[in-house]
Amino acid sequence: MRLEVDIRHRLGAFDLAARFGVDDGLVALFGRSGAGKTSLINVIAGLVRPQQGRVVVDGVTLLDTERAIFVPGHKRRVGYVFQDGRLFPHLSVRQNLLYGRWFAPKPERRDDLGKVAELLGLERLLDRAPANLSGGEKQRVAIGRALLASPRLLLMDEPLASLDEARKAEILPYIERLRDESGVPIVYVSHSMAEVARLASTIVLMADGTVAAVGPVADVLPRLDLFPLTGRAEASALIEATVESHDAAFGLTLLRSRAGLWRLPRLDLAPGVRVRLRIFARDVMLAIKPPEGISALNIVAGVVADVGEGEGAAVDVRLDCSGEALLAAVTRYSLEQLGLKPGAPVFALVKSVAFDRRSLGGPLRPSGDETPADA
Amino acid sequence: MDWTWLSPEEWTAVRLSLRVATVATIVSLPFGIAIALALARGSFWGQSLLNGLVHLPLILPPVVTGYLLLLGFGQRGPIGAFLAANFGIVFSFRWTGAALACGVMGFPLMVRAIRLSIEAIDPRLEQAAGTLGANRAWVFLTVTLPLMLPGIIAGLILCFAKAVGEFGATITFVSNIPGETQTLPSAIYTFTQVPGGDAGALRLTLVAIAIAMAALLASEVLARRAHRRLDIE
Repeated sequence: MRLEVDIRHRLGAFDLAARFGVDDGLVALFGRSGAGKTSLINVIAGLVRPQQGRVVVDGVTLLDTERAIFVPGHKRRVGYVFQDGRLFPHLSVRQNLLYGRWFAPKPERRDDLGKVAELLGLERLLDRAPANLSGGEKQRVAIGRALLASPRLLLMDEPLASLDEARKAEILPYIERLRDESGVPIVYVSHSMAEVARLASTIVLMADGTVAAVGPVADVLPRLDLFPLTGRAEASALIEATVESHDAAFGLTLLRSRAGLWRLPRLDLAPGVRVRLRIFARDVMLAIKPPEGISALNIVAGVVADVGEGEGAAVDVRLDCSGEALLAAVTRYSLEQLGLKPGAPVFALVKSVAFDRRSLGGPLRPSGDETPADA
Repeated sequence: MDWTWLSPEEWTAVRLSLRVATVATIVSLPFGIAIALALARGSFWGQSLLNGLVHLPLILPPVVTGYLLLLGFGQRGPIGAFLAANFGIVFSFRWTGAALACGVMGFPLMVRAIRLSIEAIDPRLEQAAGTLGANRAWVFLTVTLPLMLPGIIAGLILCFAKAVGEFGATITFVSNIPGETQTLPSAIYTFTQVPGGDAGALRLTLVAIAIAMAALLASEVLARRAHRRLDIE
């Protein structure tokens, strides 16, 4: 799949001028409220007709104002999961799920009800009325309904924003399965870096109606120059690692990434499974000599790639650890004491217990041996 | 016991009333839905004028409405003459005229109920149906119309009840001819005007109460059923 978007649209005093092209996987549209994320996917869905623009999905032109092409929304086959679910109150869960399937051309119908119900854990809800579902269940049904319309592309507009933490945690694994198993490319709108860090393969960073950066999430997240947009408090790097073994005696799991070996509190994952680890800058300490006699278990070697600017006490340092980026937040005092400059060799120390389990996600890129269900 | 038994003339009036009210209600329905949609969703010049026109029979004295119908749809009225000449539809002094008068009087109640139910529909649901591949006609048939159903049922019953009880406009427009235009209220009125008509008036009054109660019960049951499906939240 390739999605190309190039639009200019004026909405009152707000100017939307966005241009980007992205490939497969889950593309996160990240930005603050009012950055134009929802307007952008409304253009892709055909709910908003921009003054100027072009939208191409998989070689099919859905919109091209220069060539006077505007495919109406209902003919685009672009699925849309709304923030508020929008299930049809007069239909059962089963009827809701099958609503869009009926309009999809027969040869292009992909999944059947059983498969989607299994994927999203809806088997026991089929005969219920939407009014009797919890917020999380409603959102899962909404995802299934969009999926059963066999869309070319699935748009999700902050599908978790109206849910509490427990419901979010309940749905996230389903969205990961959807990303890895359905074969439908997803554009996922969010203002939560935690969701983006866990789910996205590509990120489109939006600010004030324009695209500030586009790229693989592991490349964009640690960029120091984007902190005003990605949020310094959430500053973190993503590392892709493979589970190597478990240390039953100490309750640890060993993982290997390009940067080195990581020891984490035990994860219930089989050896060989690939995961992404989110490591916050605030949890990383720096040393210029190999440290000895300390309790931190994870010590990886790298060189300083970039040093952030700032007037405050703290400053962010980006490291290159054998090709993997890692961020460390240190004081400017330490920076000067240790003489850290780009190119300087350092050791990064990470406490094992600092790992945030909630942001443990699947691999950053789908592996080659997994062919999508509908390639 | 014998006094409760309806005479053939009285039966005729009851049957006529039910027929007039049923025809008036059913014929009004498509117009009622169309105008309710136009008022709730449309935005066009003269919208308030249309709204006022529809509601006028609710506010005007029924006699005035009946008289206006007589002027417009009577034998020499412009619309009445046109319909009689081209389609053979005659209203004056016919039961069809009674149905027209009852329909016009019940129409504002029907439009109001349907309009309220349309305004309660979240347009975002229709938008969602569009993203699932439904064109406008399908969206209307599968989302809008079913969600309007409680309002349509309420509108039908209100219009029917109004039509059964309509008196002023009917008697002004099509008079009070037994067997043709003498509906239940007209018959009761006639009984009260003749000596010894009390028993007949009372019998028909009981029938009127029974019909009204049945209509109310039906609306309760249907509304509850519709509600159970829609918003239990």
